[in-house]
Amino acid sequence: MEAINEKTFQIGPLNVHLVESQTYKTNTLVLHMKAPLKQETVTKRALLPSILQSASEDYPSRQQVRSALDELYGATLQADVGKKGENQLISFRMDVANEKFLKADTPLLKEALSMLASIVLRPKLEDGAFASEVVNAEKRTLKQRLASVYDDKMRYANKRLTEEMCAEEPYGLFVYGKEEEVDEIDPSSLYEYYKQVLKKDKLDLYVVGDVDEDTLKTLLLETMTFPERDNNNQETAQEPTKPAIKEPGREVIEEQDIQQGKLHLGYRTNVTYRDDNYFALQVFNGLFGGSSHSKLFLNVREKESLAYYASSRVESHKGLMMVMSGIEPAKYDRAVDIIHKQMEDMKNGEFTDQELDQTKAVLKNQLLETMDVPRGLVELSYHNELTGVDRPLHKWFEAVDNVTKEDVTQVANQIELDTIYFLKGKEA
Amino acid sequence: MKTKHFDQLNETLYHEQLDNGLEVYILPKEGFHKTFATFTTKYGSIDQQFIPLKEKETITVPDGIAHFLEHKLFESEEGDVFQQFSQQGASANAFTSFTRTAYLFSSTSNVQKNVETLIDFVQDPYFTEESVEKEKGIIEQEIKMYDDNPDWRLYFGLISSLYEKHPVRNDIAGTVDSIYEITKDALYTCYETFYHPSNMVLFIVGNVDAEEMMTFVRENQSQKSFAPPEEIERFYEAEPQEVNRKEHVVNMNINTSKCLVGFKDKDPTLQGEKLLKHELSLSIALELMFGLSSDNYQSLYKEGLIDGSFSFDYSGEYGFGFSVIGGDTDDPDTLAERIQTMVSDFTSKPMDAYADALEATRKKKIGSFLRSLNSPEFIANQFTRYRFNDMDLFDCIPVLEGLSLEDVQEAVHDHFDTKTQMTTCMVKPK
Repeated sequence: MEAINEKTFQIGPLNVHLVESQTYKTNTLVLHMKAPLKQETVTKRALLPSILQSASEDYPSRQQVRSALDELYGATLQADVGKKGENQLISFRMDVANEKFLKADTPLLKEALSMLASIVLRPKLEDGAFASEVVNAEKRTLKQRLASVYDDKMRYANKRLTEEMCAEEPYGLFVYGKEEEVDEIDPSSLYEYYKQVLKKDKLDLYVVGDVDEDTLKTLLLETMTFPERDNNNQETAQEPTKPAIKEPGREVIEEQDIQQGKLHLGYRTNVTYRDDNYFALQVFNGLFGGSSHSKLFLNVREKESLAYYASSRVESHKGLMMVMSGIEPAKYDRAVDIIHKQMEDMKNGEFTDQELDQTKAVLKNQLLETMDVPRGLVELSYHNELTGVDRPLHKWFEAVDNVTKEDVTQVANQIELDTIYFLKGKEA
Repeated sequence: MKTKHFDQLNETLYHEQLDNGLEVYILPKEGFHKTFATFTTKYGSIDQQFIPLKEKETITVPDGIAHFLEHKLFESEEGDVFQQFSQQGASANAFTSFTRTAYLFSSTSNVQKNVETLIDFVQDPYFTEESVEKEKGIIEQEIKMYDDNPDWRLYFGLISSLYEKHPVRNDIAGTVDSIYEITKDALYTCYETFYHPSNMVLFIVGNVDAEEMMTFVRENQSQKSFAPPEEIERFYEAEPQEVNRKEHVVNMNINTSKCLVGFKDKDPTLQGEKLLKHELSLSIALELMFGLSSDNYQSLYKEGLIDGSFSFDYSGEYGFGFSVIGGDTDDPDTLAERIQTMVSDFTSKPMDAYADALEATRKKKIGSFLRSLNSPEFIANQFTRYRFNDMDLFDCIPVLEGLSLEDVQEAVHDHFDTKTQMTTCMVKPK
C-alpha cells in the first residue's frame, strides 16, 4: 500500500486537507465542524445544518440554493449532523463535476467553494437573527424527522439501546436532539449560538480531486474567510466518559405491533481508535459478527435459520459494540444463547489461523475499497483529526497484518456485555 | 475482442460474445484499488410462467422463486461460497430485481481468482432437499423484515394498485406461504432454463488488464459444456392499460404517514433507443415538476406537506413502466391532491415555458451521470440493465444532450394521464 498523498495546511482557523487525485470525474468537498456532544446544545446543533443549507445572503431561498447547484452541473450539497464518539459534527458535503469531462469551461471548483462559503459564513439574516421563516420550516422538518425514527424499527431499536445503555453519558443523546426542545429554539438565540460555533468548533475542510496545493490555497483565500480566534479557545479532543456497568446483561424489553423482533445487544469494548489494540478489535469484530464468514452469520443464520441478518458493528471513538438481529419473537432465548456462546468461543480463542488470515484479508480489502470513494477516504482520515492520533492510512494495513491470535483473544476478554434490548411483537 | 472508446468520458470498454453465448464486458479503471464484477442473468421475480429448457409445456412456479434460487446458489458441494470469497479477500453479494438476478463481488487482490470463483459457483448449482428446507426459515425472516418496513409496504402497495395481472405486482421475495411451496426440483428447472450463458452478462470494472482477463474468461468457459442456446419463451398475463385501483391505504404501527402517487405507462413495450429517450424524458419532466429547485417543491415544502424524504423516480422495463412521486407527510390526502393538480397543470401548459429550465435540468442530469461514473457498482449494474433492454449506458450523455422540448412533451403527454393512469397509495398510523 503506497501512502495517500494528503497535504495539510492552515487558512486562519481552518485546517485544510488536500488529497490530489485524477481518479475521479468529480471534486469532493467535506467540511466538518466539531464540538462536544452536550445536553444544552444537541438540539440546536441538529437544527443548524438544515437552516444553513436552506438560504444564505447570496441565495435567499431554498429554490435559489438549489438552482445554483443545478447550474453547477448538478453539484450536490448535503448538510447534516453526525455523532463521532462524544462529539457532534455539523458536516457539509459537496460533489461537483470536474469540468475537464464537460463541454464547458466554467471553473466549477471555485464556484463550489464560493457557494459553500456563502452557506456557512453568510447565512440569511433578519434583524441580526436567522430568518424566522427558514427557522420555522426547518423546525417542522426536524420534528418530523425525530418522529419518524419510530417508523424504522431497526433504527428505533438502536436508538433505544443507546439511550438505555448510556443514560448517564453524553453518548446517550440522540444526534438529532429532542423533539420537546425544538419548539423552544428561537431565531435570535440560535444565531448567537452559531456565532460561537464559528469561533469555537474545530474546523476541517477536506478537498479530494484534481487540484494542486497552490491553486487551492489561492481559491480558498479568495472565497472562504472564517472569523479569527484566540488560540486557546478551540475545544480540544477529549477522552470519552467511561462509567462502570451497573448491571451486566440487563434486559430491556419493549412491545410493539410488529412482525419481527429486533434483538440488539450493547457491549463496552474498552478500546477506542486511540488504543494500540484498536486493530485487534477490528479483527475480532470481523471474526465475531462483522463479515459473512463470521460466527454470528454462520451460527445464527446459516446453522439455525433463526434470522436473515445477524451482525456486529464497532463504534470507534466511544468504545462500544452493537449486535443486531431480526428474529421471531418466540426464539429470543435461543438467539441470545447462541450469541453468548459465540462470544465465549471468541474469548477462549476458538478460531483457526486460517479464519484469522481470512478476516485480515477482508478487512484490508474493505479499507482499500473505502479509500476508492472520496468520501470514504475523508471518513478514514478524519479519525486522526478527531483523536489527535497521528496514524497515516497506509500504516493501518501494517497494523492489521500485525494482529496475532493472542491479541484478538485478549481484546475479546476486555469486552463486557452491558445491555440487551429486545423490541418484540405483541403476542396474538 | 471489440473495443469502444468514449472520448469525452475518457473510458474504454472491451466486449466479446463467447461461443456459448455469454456476453463479457470489461471496463479498466486506472487509479482504483477495487475491482467489481457482476454476473447477471436476465431472470427476475416476474418470470414465473415459461417453457422449461428442452420441454414443450408452459409451467407456473411459486412467487419468490428467483430470489430463493439466488440464496441457494451460494451453497456449493464444498460448502459456503461466501467463505471462499473471503479467503480470497473479496466480499460477495447478490440481488434479485423484477427482471434480473445478479451475483457480484468486489476485491482489491486475487482478482482473477475471484472472477473464477464467481463464474464457477453460479455455473455449478448444488441443492439438496435439506438445504432448501433450511433456507425457508431465513427467507421467512427476510420477508417479515420487509413487512415491518413502511417504505417497502408503500412501494409494493403502489405497484399492486397500478398492476392488476402483471407479476411485477408481487413482492420479489414472495410470501411466507409461497416460499414454503418451493422444491429442489423447481429450483433446478428454473436454473436450467434461465442460467444458460446465452441469457447472461459478465461485467468486470476496475483495476484489470482487459486482454488478460478476457483470455482467462474465454478459457474458463471453453472448458465447460452447455446445451445449445434456445430462445426462452416467457409468458405474462395480459395487463389492462389502465390502473388496477385508484387508491389504497395500508395501516401500520408508525408515527408519520407516507404517500405516493404513481403513473402507469400506456405502452410498456419500448426497447432500445426509444426506451432510453422515453426514460430520460420522463426523468427530466419529473425534475422540472418536482425537483428541489422547482416551484412545486418550494410550495409543498412551505406548506409543510413534505420534508427531505420527498422523492420521485421512473422505472421501465419490457412489460411494465411507472413513475412514483411522494414521501413522508403529515397530511397524505392533501399531498396526493396537490401532486395531482401540479401534474395536471404541468401537462396542460405549453412546454415552451420550460425552455430555460430544461437547459438547467439537462446540465444537472449530465453532472449527476458523471458523478455516477465514479462508482463501479453503478456502472456494472446499470450497464447490464441497459444491455438487457437493448440500450447502451454510455449513450446517456449524447441522448441527454440531444433531447428536445418536443421529445419531453411527447413523453409527458403520453405518461402523465391523471384520468386513467394514476393511482395513490398511503401508509397511515393504525
